Amino acid sequence: MKITIQHLTKRFGATTAVNDFSAEIQSGELIALLGPSGCGKSTMLNMISGILPVTEGKIFFDEEDVTDLSPEKRGIGLVFQNYALYPHMTVLENIAFPLEIKKVKRAEREAKAKEMAKLVHVDMLLDRKPKQLSGGQQQRVAIARALIKNPRVLLLDEPLSNLDARLRIEMREEIRRIQTETKVTTIFVTHDQEEAMSISDHIVLMKDGFLQQVAQPQQLYDEPVNCFVADFLGNPPINKTHGVIQNGQLVLDGGCCVTLDKAAICKEGQKVTLSMRAEAITVDENEKNAKGIIEETYVMGKEVLAYVLLGDYKVRAYIPAEKEFTKGQKVNIGLKKRGVFLFDDETGERLA
Amino acid sequence: MSTQERKKSAFSLTVMRIKAEPFLYLAPFALGILVFTLYPIINVFLMSFKENFNYITKEFSGWGLGNYQYILKDPYFIQAFKNTFFYVFIVIPISTCLSVVIATLLNQKIKFSGLFQTAYFLPMVTSTIAVGLAWKFMFNYRSGVINYLLNCFGFESLNWLQVTTYNFPALCIYGIWAILPFTIILLLSGLQNIDPMYYTAAKVDGAGPIKSFFRITIPLLMPTIFLVLIINTISTFKVFNELFPLFNGPGVSNNLFTVVYYIYYQFRVKMPSKYGYAAAAAVVLFLVIFVFTMIQRWIEKKTKD
Ligand SMILES: Nc1ncnc2c1ncn2[C@@H]1O[C@H](COP(=O)(O)OP(=O)(O)O)[C@@H](O)[C@H]1O
Ligand SMILES: [Mg+2]
Repeated sequence: MKITIQHLTKRFGATTAVNDFSAEIQSGELIALLGPSGCGKSTMLNMISGILPVTEGKIFFDEEDVTDLSPEKRGIGLVFQNYALYPHMTVLENIAFPLEIKKVKRAEREAKAKEMAKLVHVDMLLDRKPKQLSGGQQQRVAIARALIKNPRVLLLDEPLSNLDARLRIEMREEIRRIQTETKVTTIFVTHDQEEAMSISDHIVLMKDGFLQQVAQPQQLYDEPVNCFVADFLGNPPINKTHGVIQNGQLVLDGGCCVTLDKAAICKEGQKVTLSMRAEAITVDENEKNAKGIIEETYVMGKEVLAYVLLGDYKVRAYIPAEKEFTKGQKVNIGLKKRGVFLFDDETGERLA
Repeated sequence: MSTQERKKSAFSLTVMRIKAEPFLYLAPFALGILVFTLYPIINVFLMSFKENFNYITKEFSGWGLGNYQYILKDPYFIQAFKNTFFYVFIVIPISTCLSVVIATLLNQKIKFSGLFQTAYFLPMVTSTIAVGLAWKFMFNYRSGVINYLLNCFGFESLNWLQVTTYNFPALCIYGIWAILPFTIILLLSGLQNIDPMYYTAAKVDGAGPIKSFFRITIPLLMPTIFLVLIINTISTFKVFNELFPLFNGPGVSNNLFTVVYYIYYQFRVKMPSKYGYAAAAAVVLFLVIFVFTMIQRWIEKKTKD
């Protein structure tokens, strides 16, 4: 089912948690709703689920306007951050609860619940209480409970944040598997860019209640629309430097001169941000875009991470392990086409 | 003594001091319990087996079960026992159910909820005498508001306070009312410990207010309900004070004896006082309360699993 969000706004008194948000989510996709803490992701999700009323704007499920529909009428499945499994019910009763409310006969709903339990691999734990389950198992039960009504959308609010690192990777693959098997349109809230990159079909990136960009993970990484998107994605973080366009060249703070084709489209004297991914920087190879000074090198297995001084800025670059550099050595810095971006300093908008 | 030995003994002395310290802190309280609770209880227990005990001279004719034999045949004791049992079995279920409903309503985010809360807790801080007097007016045959309400619903007026048949219902109504505030406070604190996310989850799962009351609120409130049941059962078995505001004693014609009133009667009202009978009745009441509390705790354990 397709979800269309039009000019959605949510205000809590003076704070605007979600601001004029419009997006389209295609049927059957797994969408990551990504952004830093407090940017309005949960608010967004709660408006889609119907738990929170909207201040302005509309939400459509396919062609149906669901803006004023209460949660139980929307046909959604919701997984809470801390699962919210009913502590007094067994796993089976928890999973079957939505059907119990719908007055489905006992035998029928238990059969369906067992089927769901099998899908999420908790079919051997049916008689346990939530307290007797590990975090990952509780998570699976919560997903089964959300899926038993055959929801049109599955909504998950930071489903992995309560799990330890190993389990987090396992569970995100499980969520992907379950989503692929059921083909249910899924929105997955997270503040972890790696998590979002690894499992989603599309990422919806937001900041301070504003939509930043909707794109496929790789596209978001390769073609960020603004400085924030470029900053938010990638590990190690992107190298960010500031400078001014002079004589068609970019002069970084501290006087380092960078030759860039991309600088041609900028106005003379414009203040810009040059952001470079670590893997887009080469040291002492064919291209010569700038001169830098080796500050420090760290051997990290097959690669060497080098800190290079470019004007006032210290940037990270990966260099092949066989090359040897000494501290203070002057080197030629090359910049690849991919992974190097120019942004307007004031607006943060992408220039090239 | 070698230095090493001295060191060792000094060490064990500090250990002892560390071990003794908690007991030192507990001592004043323990002493209080010993003197003011434990000693009287043992005394009452012993007294119940002393036949023809004289409290002043401390003389008695011999040890035996005579006191028990007497009270178990005494029509007043039998009446007291029946009344107390009926009182407990009427007041406890009704007051508990009422309190759960009222506490749940008070726990909603409704307008004037502060006002309602104050109204419900007012009885706790008002003088019993004044309140009792107010109830006397409310139960009044001719001008009381309770009869007025009965008339409104098409029932005839009842002479609550003067006719023996209606004394007991009046006592129960007053008893239920008197126990509500305390019960509601305990239940409210239990309700506030329930994480609101369960209600959100239930709402998303499609449960309306009634369903979520029975499937979420009640089960999650069960520990508090059991606590309230145990505390209130113990206190209603000891029904006594409630007799005075309405009737100045056990009903209009000695028809509302309760077990504690019977103890009081043997001890203070009857001349000469029969301490042995009073003590035996107290021990019987203790055993009954003990058995009931154990049963409740057993049920609580059973329902938990
Ligand atoms: N019920 C509320 N009342 C007031 N402010 C709220 C409420 N819920 C969220 N906010 C505010 O809205 C913003 C977005 O919150 P939230 O959606 O929870 O962020 P996220 O889930 O992305 O961490 C925050 O600044 C938060 O303080
Ligand atoms: Mg959140």
